Parts: sequence; C-alpha cells; structure tokens
Amino acid sequence: MSILIQTRKRVSRFLQAFFRKKRSRIGIYGPPNAGKTTLANRITHDWTGEDMGVVSEIPHETRRALRKKDITITGSNGSSITIDIVDTPGVTTKIDYKEFLEYGVNKEDAIIRAREATEGVAEAMHWLREDIDGVIYMLDSTEDPFMQVNIMMVGIIESRHLPVIIAANKIDLPDASPQRIRSAFPQHPVVPVSCLDGKNVEDLYEKMVSHFR
Amino acid sequence: MQGVQIDLISEERLATLTSMEKIRMILDDVREGTIVILEKGLEPEEQSALIEMTMREILPDGFNGIEIETYPSREESPGFLKRILGKSSPKTRLTVIGPANKLRMIKKDKDIISAWISSR
Repeated sequence: MSILIQTRKRVSRFLQAFFRKKRSRIGIYGPPNAGKTTLANRITHDWTGEDMGVVSEIPHETRRALRKKDITITGSNGSSITIDIVDTPGVTTKIDYKEFLEYGVNKEDAIIRAREATEGVAEAMHWLREDIDGVIYMLDSTEDPFMQVNIMMVGIIESRHLPVIIAANKIDLPDASPQRIRSAFPQHPVVPVSCLDGKNVEDLYEKMVSHFR
Repeated sequence: MQGVQIDLISEERLATLTSMEKIRMILDDVREGTIVILEKGLEPEEQSALIEMTMREILPDGFNGIEIETYPSREESPGFLKRILGKSSPKTRLTVIGPANKLRMIKKDKDIISAWISSR
C-alpha cells in the first residue's frame, strides 16, 4: 500500500513539475520619481498585505532592485496570475551627487547615494537583459513622455520581445496628461493610474492579468 | 583656442566596429569632453550596454554621465527573405551623445534636434 502511495506522490510531483507554468518576473521600470515603488507597494499591499520599499521625494530612493515573490492577482472574471514583482531603481543616463544636496542631504551621504544609484541603474539594466519576463513601464503623466531615456527603454524592452504595459501615473495631479503618453507609445496598452490614491489601479490589475498570462 | 571638439562618425566607420568597440569609443570620447555624433544610431542592446557602462564610470566631481538624443527609429520595409524569416528591425538614425555637464538638449522634434553646448 505504501509503495502505491509513494508512487502516486512521485507521479503527482512529476506532473506538477512538468505542467506548472513558469512564474513570471514582472519588472517595474521607468525614470526616477515616476512612482515605481509607490506602485510596487500598492500591488504588494493589495494582494499580500505587505509593503515592499521606502518612498521619498528625493530621486533614486530605490537603489537596489527589490523582488517580492509569489503575488497572485485575480481579475474580475476570476482568472489570475502569480508573479514576482521586481521594483527597480529609476533609469537615467546621468547622476550627479550635487542633485541630492538640494534635498538637504549632506555631501558625504550624497556621494554615497550617487554611487549606490549608479550601481542600481546598472543592476536594473542587467535584470532587464537576463531575468525579466514582462514590464510595467511607469511614467509620470505630468512630465514629457518623449524624454530620450523613455524612448530608449521602451525600444530596449521591445527588442527583447517582452510584454509591456505603460502606467501613466499621477493622474491625481491637475496637469496630468495620460493622452500625451498614449500618443507617444501608441503600440502599447496605456493605463492611467494614481498609485498614490489608488484611482484606476483595478484597471491596471485587469490589464496585468490579461497581458502577462 | 577654447572650444569643444565634435566628432562626426560615419555609418561606414560604425559598421567596422563591434558593439563593445562602439561603446568604448563613445565613452572614451565623451569622458574627454567630446561631443559625438553618430550617423547611424545604436541598436537597443547597445543602448542598454551604454547605459550600464556609463553608470559604472560615473565619479564624484568627475564624469557624471551622458546626454543622448536621437531621431525616432524608422521602420524599414523588410525584403522578401526578412519577411519569410520574420526579421525586420527598425532603422536607427542620427544620434548625438555628449557629457551631461556640457550638452543640453533644447528641443527635439521628429526631424530636428536643437542642442546647446557649453565650452566650460
């Protein structure tokens, strides 16, 4: 009898391993201060009850890619996805420690912060090349979406054939223009959201379930 | 004479270089304060590597990164073989790269890039 049970367990484990869908790693990318960590916190808070990272008005607050595993998001039709969320440092082509001095950070800490930020951006690019299966590209909808770093990043993501959703964040602000983002990237789904107050975040979850399956 | 060096690199010259040679040439020039204009832009993988290598070379009170601007890529109509193989990639276009502390982009449109260069 025990041989039969053991055999059944082995077969079950084999079938699970064989048919289990690979869990996708979804990277949240975008320029500094677009609201990437605010979104990561909202997703993890809504679906696991926990926060993920620290948010601040100083650029490059997130200086290491952070991963939260096994987040199951369920859509309104009952279908769901289980993903790892990777919150990445804001991507840029330049970092000057003097920028942090304007936020009251002392010189020594600003130099450390700049060094960590450069390492973080390099790390984020590495993740994109090696370990990411889908991307939420986060943009501040009060800013110009045609910034070169956005054009480059979306091009890099497209060249890797990764599914991408563009989140047009900060629609709670009066000068937000998600339409400008739509016209900049007509080839990708754009979801206007406010990660701060949660407006439209359900639409983003629906899009994630359908787009990252 | 004080001024800024500008290197205009032809498409033919770029075609002789490997990706890493291109990136190394750009970063070496830009770190010296040179503005580099490429007749044909970098491929996405090269752009990704350029960002990563730029970050690794930033120093406090020294090189603080690059400013880069390019025209939007143009979709090329793929030839018969490329259509069969499903290989069609957008054609990259003229690209301006310079040290972030010297080059400022003023305006960019689909067919014009206006930049301001500081010689100090």
